Amino acid sequence: MNFWRLWAIARKEVIQLRRDTRSLVLAFLLPLLLLLLFGYAISFDVRNVRTALLDQDNSAQSRQLIDAFRASGYFEFSTPIARTSDIGSLLDHGKAQLVLVIPPDFGRKLGSGQTAQVQAVVDGSDANSATIVLAYTRAIAQTYSLKAQLDGRIVQRPITAESRVWYNEELTSRNMIVPGLIAVIMMIVAAMLTSLTIAREWERGTMEQLAATPVTRAEVVLGKLLPYIAIGLADVVMCVVLGVWLFGVPFHGSVWLLMALSTSFLIGALGLGIFISAVARSQLLATQMAMILTFLPAFLLSGFMYAIDVMPKALQLLTYLVPARYFLVVTRGIFLKGVGADVLRVQGLLMIGFAVIGLALAIFVFRKEIR
Amino acid sequence: MTQAHAAPAVVADKLRRTYGDFVAVDDVSFEVAQGEIFGFLGPNGAGKTTTIKMLAGLLLPTAGRGSVAGLDILTQSEAIKHRIGYMSQLFSLYADLTVNENIAFFSGLYNVPRDKRAARHDWAVQMAGLADQGKRLTGQLPLGLKQRLALGCAVLHEPKILFLDEPTSGVDPLSRRRFWDLIDALTQQGTTVFVSTHYMEEAEYCHRLALMNRGALVALDTPQRLRAGVREPLLELHTSDGPRAVEALKGLPQVVETSMFGRSVHVALHQLEGAVEAIAARLAERGLALTASKPIPPSLEDAFVSLVRAAGGAPTG
Amino acid sequence: MTAGAPVAVPAPPVIRVDGLTRRFGDVTAVDALSFNVAGGELFGLVGPDGAGKTTTLRMLAGVLRPTAGDAILGDVSVARDPEGVKHEIAYMSQRFGLYADLTVLENLDFYADLYLVPKRERAARLERLFHFSNLAPFKDRLAGKLSGGMKQKLGLSCALIHQPKILLLDEPTFGVDPISRRDLWLIVHDMVAQGVTVVVSTAYMDEAERFDRVALLFEGRLLAVESPQALQDALGGEVLVVQVEPARAARDLLRRHPRVKRAALFGDKLHVTVASAADDAPLVEQALRDAGLVPGSIAAEPPSMEDVFIERMTEAA
Repeated sequence: MNFWRLWAIARKEVIQLRRDTRSLVLAFLLPLLLLLLFGYAISFDVRNVRTALLDQDNSAQSRQLIDAFRASGYFEFSTPIARTSDIGSLLDHGKAQLVLVIPPDFGRKLGSGQTAQVQAVVDGSDANSATIVLAYTRAIAQTYSLKAQLDGRIVQRPITAESRVWYNEELTSRNMIVPGLIAVIMMIVAAMLTSLTIAREWERGTMEQLAATPVTRAEVVLGKLLPYIAIGLADVVMCVVLGVWLFGVPFHGSVWLLMALSTSFLIGALGLGIFISAVARSQLLATQMAMILTFLPAFLLSGFMYAIDVMPKALQLLTYLVPARYFLVVTRGIFLKGVGADVLRVQGLLMIGFAVIGLALAIFVFRKEIR
Repeated sequence: MTQAHAAPAVVADKLRRTYGDFVAVDDVSFEVAQGEIFGFLGPNGAGKTTTIKMLAGLLLPTAGRGSVAGLDILTQSEAIKHRIGYMSQLFSLYADLTVNENIAFFSGLYNVPRDKRAARHDWAVQMAGLADQGKRLTGQLPLGLKQRLALGCAVLHEPKILFLDEPTSGVDPLSRRRFWDLIDALTQQGTTVFVSTHYMEEAEYCHRLALMNRGALVALDTPQRLRAGVREPLLELHTSDGPRAVEALKGLPQVVETSMFGRSVHVALHQLEGAVEAIAARLAERGLALTASKPIPPSLEDAFVSLVRAAGGAPTG
Repeated sequence: MTAGAPVAVPAPPVIRVDGLTRRFGDVTAVDALSFNVAGGELFGLVGPDGAGKTTTLRMLAGVLRPTAGDAILGDVSVARDPEGVKHEIAYMSQRFGLYADLTVLENLDFYADLYLVPKRERAARLERLFHFSNLAPFKDRLAGKLSGGMKQKLGLSCALIHQPKILLLDEPTFGVDPISRRDLWLIVHDMVAQGVTVVVSTAYMDEAERFDRVALLFEGRLLAVESPQALQDALGGEVLVVQVEPARAARDLLRRHPRVKRAALFGDKLHVTVASAADDAPLVEQALRDAGLVPGSIAAEPPSMEDVFIERMTEAA
């Protein structure tokens, strides 16, 4: 392998990238947009739940419970309701997400040491929000119950809806999303950019010309890889810097470890991208394959958006094959937990393994010959 | 052959087409008489396809006007499509349909009257030489046959005007001759044929030629007159070392231009008088021998080069 | 470079093609080609689309694996060691194979890097290449913005930057304007004069006369391998060039004549292929006069390469 030839390939790729607006947008603008989008706009936190309250008791206890809900800051009591028969229509028209009905005997029952019931009706059509709303409601009711117990009253929690606990460590989803976003962005760079590079050369006819020169397969693959590694790492830095400064995501771990493992992951992802490009030979097919094989798994199956432990068993098994899953452990670990190489040993080795496999696939599958 | 009194079949009036800064067709004007074989000759990128597309109503001109079969290309482009046949440069037949199916498809597309379809089908098949191959997949036909079939499909509706964009590109010489025989036969029946090509030799089949280069019309005349119009006499030289002879003759005052042709050197001169002696002398100076020289008639390519040079020198990139 | 009969070549051939075959599924694109090319020869692969020219050149360049057979370039076998040939050869593909989004100079530097051309030699080589190609004023222009002719010259320059011993050019002049075409041929002839072996493919029959020897290809098969001179001589006793007006009518008439194999328009003359020019000339003349046509001249002239190709094609069928 000749270093000068490799360098020539890398340099050519850089010149082309500089002049290709579309690729530059994908490389830098898109990650930036994703970061801002996920950071600011998308949040799994629920605020300002439109709540309708029907207090049929109007006792001191019922007002205490209502105050507890108000104080939490999540509920907005703006929707008036007169009768229980209005509940259906309120929910149907979306005027309220949650309806709280406190029955007339609430205060009396509590006062005499019995279990008092409160009805909470939740609009379940948005399952994610419904789950969270129920969780909040349950939490508030539980707190009230505990307080009641401390005050000498025994209250059972009356709410019987199913609820799942959303795994959200500090109730700030952003902290979980931003580190995960790094993995997704790496995959975008690999999926979209590198998957096009070889297929494009075949389509345009430049690969045929290149194939007639003494350049070796390894030189072509590695030469093409270099600029994209640089782009990928620049994107990592951007995510870290913006995540910490703009969004206040905590960063407790080692920057160098993050860069080192990111580089490994990147090499693997890029190798995969080039492998796809070599197999597909047409840009259209390459993009589609890349979407399915790299981007979508990273997005859906890595634990970035959706918790793995709540997925069906079959999918959970599938996620073991998704490199981004392990990388997510790395990024979240380094950002939020500040763990080091000792804890991330397994993931680190897997990242290196991924890099080796990705590169091997790229170099061995890419052929200079016309088929 | 050409009727000077009848209305022209095709008129182009300062046709212009630009793409941003790039001028694809630069104020081109000409007229084509009915029944004429009108050739559009020029290299790739000269603007031939763009001009044809504007006339056939497929592309809107940036400026200028034109008419085809008396219909205005700007306002009546859809009507034009009914009156013309068009064979595009890229392939117009469906490779995965059979010969019969392609003919049927185009019959429907051009609205060939039902009672004529069978007859036209037979005519097309006959003309393409595909008599008992109606069920063959078009993609499997050799190029020469495909071209003839494409021509047949383009004239199923018996249009009076035919636009052919590089119809014989890459075809073997025998098929090309047969194709041009077909064109001849069509013009005998009064069809006007407008054909573009970059093969100089094919251009000779045309009644009149328009030479295009870089979007502009360089010349418009019959092939004979274009060739005769080359003012510089041409000599064919045989020397002991062609390339070095070409180099040696550069700058010689009698010489306009030299080029290699085959194993000989072609020289365009300002005038014939004293040229041979001057050439022999210059070659001798460089240690080269002049073994033979004879005047040769100019070819269309010589005409093209001479005209482009006169119009403003070598192409600037 | 002298014209005349081919000279016996004492040195071993630089390219030996032996039963070279390539199939794509059911289609045999190249069918057991065998021929040799001598060192410093200007060799042509002549034939229409589908003849197998591109496939053959791709195999010689090591970019496509043969299905059977072999080609030895220098002493490297293309079937066993395709990468090995690449140091000695240069290949210019039919499609523009350079980077449209790189400038002329960037493309040249890239190829110089790929072939490890020492930096200190680059300036001189670039200057020489620019001198022939006239590309110097455009060295900072993006390659995609060049005209067709300029692109081809750039392609050729990139191929030559490492001073290869063998040059493989796939239809380098296709659709190129005549002026650029002459520049390209000048470069090619200069290379040949320096001892480079050049193999060029073309579908243009008139270019076929330029070569030292040609291989006529049709549908994957070799029709003949000879010098153009020899091929024309072989047919020489059989073609009459007739000058008569109106030419088309005369052609149609002669086609019906029992002694005439073929008659075709060639500019304003007819090329009439007969069994024997000497015997049939008076018969042809008589036939014309009987029909009221007066020939201006009838002569047995050397046939064109197109005549030769058609003759060989029909013989082989």
